[in-house]
Amino acid sequence: MSNLYEKTATQLAGLLLDKKISSVEITQAVLDRISTLEPMIHSFVNTYPDLALAMAKDADRRIEEGTAGPLTGIPIAIKDNMCLKSRKTTCGSKILANFSPPYDATVVKSVKDEGMVILGSANMDEFAMGSSTETSCWGPTKNPWDTERTPGGSSGGSAAAVACGQATVALGSDTGGSIRLPASFCGVTGIKPTYGSVSRFGLVAYASSLDQIGPLARDVSDIALLLNLLCRHDPMDSTSVPIQHPDFTTFLDKSVSGMTLGVPVEFFNKLGNEDVEKSLSDARKVFEKLGVKFVELSLPSLDYGIAAYYVIAPCEASSNLARYDGVKYGHRAEQFDGMIDMYCRTRAEGFGPEVKRRIMLGTYALSSGYYDAYYLKAAKIRTLITKDFKKAFESCDGIFSPVAPAPAFRIGEKIDDPIQMYLTDVFTIPVNMAGLPGISCPAGLSRDGLPIGMQLIASHFQESKLVQLVAAFQRETDHHLKHPAI
Amino acid sequence: MEFEAVIGLEVHAQLLTNSKAFCSCTTKFGSEPNSHTCPICQGMPGSLPVFNKTALEYTVLMAIACNCQINGVSRFARKNYYYPDLPKNYQISQYELPVAEHGWIDVDTSSGIKRIGITRIHMEEDAGKLIHDEHKPISYVDLNRTGVPLIEIVSEPDIKTTEEATAYLKSLRSILVYLGICDGNMEEGSFRCDANVSIRPKGQTSLGTKTELKNMNSFKNVQKGLQYEIERHTEVLRDGGSIVQETRLFDPSTGATVSMRSKEQAHDYRYFPDPDLLPLKVESDLIEKMKLALPELPRQKRDRFVRDLGIPEYDAGVLTAERSLAQFFEDTVTIFPNPKSVSNWIMTEFMRAAKGQDPGTISSPVTPANLAKLLSMIEEGTISGKIGKTVFDEMWVSGKSPDQIVREKGLVQVSDVSELTDVIKKILTENPGEVSRYLAGKTQLLAFFVGQTMRATRGKANPQVVNEILLAELNKLID
Repeated sequence: MSNLYEKTATQLAGLLLDKKISSVEITQAVLDRISTLEPMIHSFVNTYPDLALAMAKDADRRIEEGTAGPLTGIPIAIKDNMCLKSRKTTCGSKILANFSPPYDATVVKSVKDEGMVILGSANMDEFAMGSSTETSCWGPTKNPWDTERTPGGSSGGSAAAVACGQATVALGSDTGGSIRLPASFCGVTGIKPTYGSVSRFGLVAYASSLDQIGPLARDVSDIALLLNLLCRHDPMDSTSVPIQHPDFTTFLDKSVSGMTLGVPVEFFNKLGNEDVEKSLSDARKVFEKLGVKFVELSLPSLDYGIAAYYVIAPCEASSNLARYDGVKYGHRAEQFDGMIDMYCRTRAEGFGPEVKRRIMLGTYALSSGYYDAYYLKAAKIRTLITKDFKKAFESCDGIFSPVAPAPAFRIGEKIDDPIQMYLTDVFTIPVNMAGLPGISCPAGLSRDGLPIGMQLIASHFQESKLVQLVAAFQRETDHHLKHPAI
Repeated sequence: MEFEAVIGLEVHAQLLTNSKAFCSCTTKFGSEPNSHTCPICQGMPGSLPVFNKTALEYTVLMAIACNCQINGVSRFARKNYYYPDLPKNYQISQYELPVAEHGWIDVDTSSGIKRIGITRIHMEEDAGKLIHDEHKPISYVDLNRTGVPLIEIVSEPDIKTTEEATAYLKSLRSILVYLGICDGNMEEGSFRCDANVSIRPKGQTSLGTKTELKNMNSFKNVQKGLQYEIERHTEVLRDGGSIVQETRLFDPSTGATVSMRSKEQAHDYRYFPDPDLLPLKVESDLIEKMKLALPELPRQKRDRFVRDLGIPEYDAGVLTAERSLAQFFEDTVTIFPNPKSVSNWIMTEFMRAAKGQDPGTISSPVTPANLAKLLSMIEEGTISGKIGKTVFDEMWVSGKSPDQIVREKGLVQVSDVSELTDVIKKILTENPGEVSRYLAGKTQLLAFFVGQTMRATRGKANPQVVNEILLAELNKLID
């Protein structure tokens, strides 16, 4: 059997169940693919072939015993900001370069309990701060569709690995678009679930009120399987919402006829990229053919989304990242003169420029006398954005939007222009600000052959609608089946 | 010009919950460094806090006891500052919305009852401890205390004298201990106090420049520190100088305060709501439940002792200062219903025996039942009051019951007239000189004969009976 690494988890699960193939064979195929492509793509910070094969053996035993779950034996890449007990979890940062957590993140525990095969930790922007995976202290990940371009970020390693067969599925995290943007740039499907759906326990925090873990995969069937695994109440996370989530796979075959998608005029007015416009308008036609109605609507407060995000996220980050001080774990400067000097040198050496920029922004915005003008105002905008969405969902089941203003940009193109980099996330950030679920799935290729994603946003805890809509879309289209030529 | 002081106190009290405020580690004191820690209280990357609801119940209890308004919704906030004993480099505290506000307590001072306002009561987590190497420039961090729940009780600047300050602190401590939510141990740091002090010319309403005082770890040091600071302020102002707003440390070895950091060096804590914790709802059900759970507080107990048990107000004040002492008193009175006699014994013999012990945690080998037994033996005349004191001392040392001690040592009081008459006749015969002088009118010598009789009976003679026989026998000799 050839190209095991190209198959979806759903396909592989069927083969495993029928004993046509073993998890060890799948894992070996994926590990080989990693060996072949890593020098070109650099999706991983660390890979664990021995661990992966041992886990695969264990999975095969469970399949043999009949105690396997739907995802047992499926290889997965874990973003480098989720605690992996006794293995390195570096967040793409020099300050945590040697850090091995003493515990597993709740999602990692779920993955292990399910018997999935952990391949390694996927590369990311340092502390998830970036839209290109260029700020990783381990060097950038390349886009498998064009290795001169970025895979998007911050979960660029996760998306690139799934796109080129270095992992069947992956976990990413999304604070302002960090799952959806790389999914779009790399031509895979990725969802940011509702804030509070997936436990953040063990996710190294960037901006706690916005961070959310989610899956990346080659199609929405795999997304549904992973949502079933991930969306659970966790008593270790106070912001985890205690609700019963549905079986998402039951929404894969449902008709979407009669559903309504809202089109925010503000989003489409901003678009100037012909490729993106064409893909989106083609996608709209597909949905219309499926019986989906479209309504135009207005989300005026979303114009302030980026501005408010770049107050709230840095404020939280400045506090969340204060613990990296060289006292307890991680990097400590070798030379210092006293305690304060140790703090200063450790942090000056350990953090990269983008992280420093956001820590300084946040520290400034929270300072005495500025709090009301920045943090409080941003929090108010956040409430307004949430209200805008709430109102919109009175007249539609989901919101139809681009993921990014343009396809993947070149490595180095925006790294020295933070504002341009920040604007990449204009369509994804408001979703985090309102805590809503948003999915990104392939909607076509640009004339240069680069993937273009489409974003659907639903009301809180309505991930099932997103699964239903994207499943219908993927039945009608083959964008998600296209692979990079690499 | 006459000055008056304006004092506000900030009290930190460790709550007696079994586990820490945001993780399940034990709060036990005095273990191996870092043995009671986990990824959460160590501030490991990715760890998250989950709030211990018992800490909220305790805080609500204190809020009710201090007549506070309880906020239906309060918020945890992060107080950001760098120090190695604070692993996250922020402390989870409360800022804009504390659990409770606008309360008061009444305290007794030499000039009467004084009502002192409580600005707020909020919850927070404790920090760890640094242990400095004495020989090398190295410091070690012990995180066992990190995350232990604290409440901070902030007073209004209603306190005018060091006496009021001490009375207020003692009252707060007593309430906390009565509620069973804090052990009130100042030396171990489970009850700590910082003070804000300023002075102003008497009659002026606006406040003077204040200084903040830290590191006063006993009631005596609070008094000394405040006294020093008030005098320092007064001297500075009298000399035409002005007070610098700053934080000062009290040095117990010199009794002086020294500057720690100026206003310019003061931390900007950059408070903001903690996104890891949801707004904290205090349901009215919980408040009602805690109102029902509220025990009798020191002042109520004192008033009841005066009213129902008829003991003097001073005694009641002493006995109710500590919950355990009041309990001991009441338990004894239940068995031996003579409150004044019990109170006398506790305030004299008991307190003397317990001298040197922390009054809040006296460990008494004498049980209330045994004290009651002793008092009834005295009342019934089985032993004399004097012998009773000896028996009490023995009870304190051995923990034995009074009847056992009396039996073992043969201390039963002798009231038998014929036995005592024999003894007395012998004494009168052996002391003819004293007898003739007594008969000549030196009647004070009666005490001499009583003393001799007591000596001869090794104190066991019933003094009243001895008196009667002596008078009778001496009268016989007149004839």
